[in-house]
Amino acid sequence: MYLTDRSAPAEAGTDQGRRRGLRPGVAPVVLVLGTVSLITDISSEMVTAVLPLYLVSTLGFSPLAFGTLDGVYNGVSALVQLTGGHLADRIRNHKLLAGLGYGLSALCKPLLLLVSSIGALGTVLALDRTGKGLRTAPRDAMISLSTPSGKQGRAFGVHRAMDTTGAMLGPLAAFLILSAAADGYDAVFGVSACVAVLGVVVLVLFVPARGQRDPGAAVDSVAGEARAGRTSDTGVLAADAGQEGRTGPTGVAHTRVPGPRQDAGTGRADATDVPEPLPLAGQDGESEAKAAVGKPPVRVREALALLRLPRLRALAGCAALLGLTTVSDAFVYLLLQRRAGIGDQWFTLLPLGTAVVFLLLAVPVGAFADRVGRHTVFLAGHGALLTGYALLLWAPSTPVLPFLVLALHGVFYAATDGVLPAALADIVPAELRASGLAIVGTSQALARFCCSLAFGAAWTVWGDGPALAGSAVGLLCCAAVASRVLRPTGGSR
Amino acid sequence: MTPLRRRLLVLVTAVLLLAGVGTGLVLHAADRADRANRPQSGGPAVSTGKLTLDQKNRLTFINAAAGPHRTAVASVPSADPEAGRTASDLKCARFYAAAGTGICLQSNPGVLKQSNRALLLDADLRTRHTYALAGTPSRARVSPSGRFVAWTVFVSGESYSSAFFSTRTSVLDTRTMKLTPSLEDFSITLDGKSYRAADVNFWGVTFASDDDTFYATLNTGNKTYLVRGSLSRKSVTTLVENVECPSLSPDGTRVAFKKRVLSRTSLWHEYVLDLRTLKETALAERHSVDDQATWLDDRTVAYALPAEGKVGTSDLWSVPADGTGKPRLLIAGASSPAPL
Repeated sequence: MYLTDRSAPAEAGTDQGRRRGLRPGVAPVVLVLGTVSLITDISSEMVTAVLPLYLVSTLGFSPLAFGTLDGVYNGVSALVQLTGGHLADRIRNHKLLAGLGYGLSALCKPLLLLVSSIGALGTVLALDRTGKGLRTAPRDAMISLSTPSGKQGRAFGVHRAMDTTGAMLGPLAAFLILSAAADGYDAVFGVSACVAVLGVVVLVLFVPARGQRDPGAAVDSVAGEARAGRTSDTGVLAADAGQEGRTGPTGVAHTRVPGPRQDAGTGRADATDVPEPLPLAGQDGESEAKAAVGKPPVRVREALALLRLPRLRALAGCAALLGLTTVSDAFVYLLLQRRAGIGDQWFTLLPLGTAVVFLLLAVPVGAFADRVGRHTVFLAGHGALLTGYALLLWAPSTPVLPFLVLALHGVFYAATDGVLPAALADIVPAELRASGLAIVGTSQALARFCCSLAFGAAWTVWGDGPALAGSAVGLLCCAAVASRVLRPTGGSR
Repeated sequence: MTPLRRRLLVLVTAVLLLAGVGTGLVLHAADRADRANRPQSGGPAVSTGKLTLDQKNRLTFINAAAGPHRTAVASVPSADPEAGRTASDLKCARFYAAAGTGICLQSNPGVLKQSNRALLLDADLRTRHTYALAGTPSRARVSPSGRFVAWTVFVSGESYSSAFFSTRTSVLDTRTMKLTPSLEDFSITLDGKSYRAADVNFWGVTFASDDDTFYATLNTGNKTYLVRGSLSRKSVTTLVENVECPSLSPDGTRVAFKKRVLSRTSLWHEYVLDLRTLKETALAERHSVDDQATWLDDRTVAYALPAEGKVGTSDLWSVPADGTGKPRLLIAGASSPAPL
């Protein structure tokens, strides 16, 4: 905790004072964005929770058609995330783009009342997903940019914990409304819209309006190389090395110019006693705007040049590789139900078990990742998932099995969901942070989407047990490759 | 950025405004729900009375007319459906009965989880057995002899990150009380070949009078099929494509069903299929029907349509099964018809 106070830049002084009172070590922006996510998740989960009931009992049609569309939406959302991330960097205004995303989703809630055909309903839900896709990368970029490198894991942990809290409160709110007003789906959608608007209001009022921060010469060099078209490996490597200078905690990093930087080492060094040049919370909006005006806009080419950063490529590649063997939640719950013989009436409670563990562990595991290295924790999270698969495959069906599997599933989320974006802080230059987050997020999401399709096919051909065994072996191999690629001292590229 | 004080003022104003709108919406909906539970002038006469499932020549249904008996199982004389309704204490979302056996699917939204259950009923509407359901009730059927009961629910797997729907159809043998939790374990012959897939869904069972043969909808790979199944052999065979919610005629020769007339939309028209010739006949109803129809006799089918101008309620209509004539309003404010 003392580190943040000591390392804070002078202009963040006022925020620092407030921060101490609130939650040590987390920038106010993170708490505000967490609040926005909490509120927005209440709103969206209210709708998700009652949608099946609404489709059947009021609109009177089968939700099957919608179920098949949903997979497609998730793919679309991942691609929109890429657009959102790049646009946010391009216009140098993360807040504006996140606001547009939150606003679009808020607009969709009252529209739900007006549509009664599955086609129109599908369109509204697709728009809602588009809003979610647009806001994700700029929001994570704001969290990332407002937090010193050594506290990224904790910051994302706080955000994800608040987000999950909202996701759990949503269904509660929806069913309280339905118990007060039988068949009051219009009230649920209306209240959901009001809650969503409140989320946008909080975002507009309390997230500082800033364009891109000035991350220093190092970042300019990356952008400069790319702009000049010098995207050769040496050019980018130089940029990468330059970036070391920005966050570089030790002289060691500078000497290791060609090759990926030591992530775990960085985390450790940050946590001990090296001053941080960040955070930039509390920076004056006007001067930033001026700084932004002076710069040419970020172009697609520069965002693409990110892919030439070896460490980003390694992380995005590993996230995708591991995503390819990460069985989707729905399948995990189905398998758990079959293995443990859980009654149908408990089935809808299984996701709640994962969420509770995720909620409780997000902050401590995030902070732990800051200390021991985010790549290590990210891999360990997949180890927890692998253990969960193994239990599903071989453990005897005891009463503790569901609790164990759900706990491991929650640990997996706590150790990966916020830790992955946290790991990007040291890799992606501030100017391209949203693009970088989107690249990694999208590759992971698309890989998981492919995994769902493949798993469904494998289930069909071989049955559930062999399909899961295949995923487990795949995950083991991918984790082995990933642990080599992400190895702290490794020279692999 | 405006001073903190002004931003807080804007926030408080927004919270008050939105809370006001939200409260208004909930109160409005609560009031509407409350009104629906009070009798309305001009509505049908409903009285509490003894309702048993062995009364011949009566038609049971779920009463949707506003008043204290809303959603209660009620009955009218088959010959005079406009007569006063006799309502029981039993409230259901979906109901069916035959030969003294009844099935009632209930759905109560709960704070933590929905409470969905199926009640197996004896002729006096007493609950013989309760089954927890995996999701929202959809279809229910009893075999003509009263021995077999089937129901379909929509299962929503996961609300945390993505919606995910499938159907689950269960069959209960009321003689042995053996429950087949899911028809998905039955072997499938599709277009003459043995077939297996993870995306198989069944719904809308209808039973023949031999207490073995049944018909149902099979959905896989974005197609729906009419299947004929055998309970004893645990198998189904596809017959024709694009058939949903079949309903077997009392003489066992024809199946009334809803046919999707425009792909990827919820637009269905009611048809009758001759099982011998596989010839389809469009019925005179021009509205989209999303219901499992019921045969009132060998010449007439009944089904629910959304009530015009009223959200969330339906009327029962009937139409000749040979494609002639035109639809007739059978019972206003009602659903789930079952002739006794």
